[in-house]
Amino acid sequence: MIEAKTLNVEKVRDDFPILARRIHGRPLVYLDSAATSQKPAVVIDAMDDYYRRYNANPHRGVYAISEEATAAYESARQRVATFINAASPKEVIFTRNTTEAINLVRYSWGRANVHAGDRILLTEMEHHSNLVPWQLLAREVGATLEFLCIDDQGLLQLDDLARKLEGIRLLAITHQSNTLGTINPIKAIVETAHRAGALVLIDGAQAVPHMPVDVRDLGVDFYAFSGHKMCGPTGIGVLWARRALLEAMPPFLGGGDMIKRVKLNDASWNDLPWKFEAGTPSVAEGIGLGAAVDYLSGLGMEAVRAHERTLVDYAMERLQDIPGITLYGPRDPELHGGAVSFTLPNIHPHDLATLVDREGIAVRAGHHCTQPLMDRLGVSATTRASFYIYNRADEVDQLVNGIQKAQKVFA
Amino acid sequence: MDDLYREQILEHYKNPHHFGEITDADITQEGDNPLCGDVITLYLKLDDGRVGDVRFRGRGCAISQASASMLTDMIVGKPVRELKSFPTRELLDELGIPISPARMKCATLSVNTLRVALNGDSHEEED
Repeated sequence: MIEAKTLNVEKVRDDFPILARRIHGRPLVYLDSAATSQKPAVVIDAMDDYYRRYNANPHRGVYAISEEATAAYESARQRVATFINAASPKEVIFTRNTTEAINLVRYSWGRANVHAGDRILLTEMEHHSNLVPWQLLAREVGATLEFLCIDDQGLLQLDDLARKLEGIRLLAITHQSNTLGTINPIKAIVETAHRAGALVLIDGAQAVPHMPVDVRDLGVDFYAFSGHKMCGPTGIGVLWARRALLEAMPPFLGGGDMIKRVKLNDASWNDLPWKFEAGTPSVAEGIGLGAAVDYLSGLGMEAVRAHERTLVDYAMERLQDIPGITLYGPRDPELHGGAVSFTLPNIHPHDLATLVDREGIAVRAGHHCTQPLMDRLGVSATTRASFYIYNRADEVDQLVNGIQKAQKVFA
Repeated sequence: MDDLYREQILEHYKNPHHFGEITDADITQEGDNPLCGDVITLYLKLDDGRVGDVRFRGRGCAISQASASMLTDMIVGKPVRELKSFPTRELLDELGIPISPARMKCATLSVNTLRVALNGDSHEEED
């Protein structure tokens, strides 16, 4: 048995009501946090408290509960800004999720700054959410897409990065691969990109929940992430961007709250961050994300990362002993975040996921919204086990037992 | 765990019936389930308004491939006219296990492909 030194997993588990559930008569073994994390009671309670005690539309009401709602929502923004070390909460734009945050950049910055003949650099390991928006933009303005390749361990090939970046307008890249678990060396990549004159957008959906992220230290230009993968609710995500970029960008969605003064044929825009937040926001979700950030800060993100590194190391060690298994992603746990993908001969990932579900084990099977990466790996699907703060080493053992049982069924 | 995939399904998966190709097929139809990566190709040789011979090739999960194998057994020799509206339910009954909503596309890939092969589109029956 391996236990993290600094994270008290049993105590963490008590914070998550869903972990008391039994599935098919067995305790839930939840190994799909890369898809969405479970929620601690403090997050659920914070949202419940808003709806029960001070539900009101924020920002314009002059009565008590509207002011309470405004204060809670904006306080959440402040805490998120602190969590990622943003220079100001004005740089924290609340969106629906990572996908919407990336699409905001595509529509607002992209349409104004990417022109016919421009080139955008992506990677083979991108989630569809950091690929399809750029395909759409490229098609719309006549730009072209280029790609950084991966090696057989799922690491980006960066030897000729400087050359590949020549003349590139935007580099859009994931911080941590949701399929391979690869943690990309963002800081070094950003330095090279900026020397070449390219801006850098990071898809941080798999990073912010799992490791300390300091947007200023990384030096990036745009950073997108989702609340629901980091103990927060669905329906709230974040676009962080450098203030000068946000000031220069045209609005994204038009409507209430994003304006300063509206006439019949013209309007002027609200200050940051509200310029990019049209309509009544996801108030409860924002408040829930604030509670999630407090919860993770209480655990310490270094401890979260250390816990996951230990689990992944153990999982790779146990899984590689299974006859015939193919493991994807880096062997070095320092470069491998909390998601492990694998395939087995003769058992399709969907069959495996269905069979281990009977043991109460939730794993993901499929292309994980990375179809080009599946093509690169030469498979149609993988099984993915992903870990978080509430997972224990004995759950890895249960997964291994489940796989061995499934292999007997298919023997 | 053991009873979920009945012996019959595993048998069809490991040793599929009518597996292969018909080089001079009258109808060749590919079907896929992009969500899971399941693919099959159906080859039909018609004989006097009936399915004289059938073969399939494919790869994917046990449910999709076993269901294709079972379907070939069910349609060989049958009039094309009848098969144009082959009821999905009959194939699901033949599979004989509860199919969760998430796996339904795997279970029905073969019959949907048959429907496209014979009708030119897949307008699924309502049930």
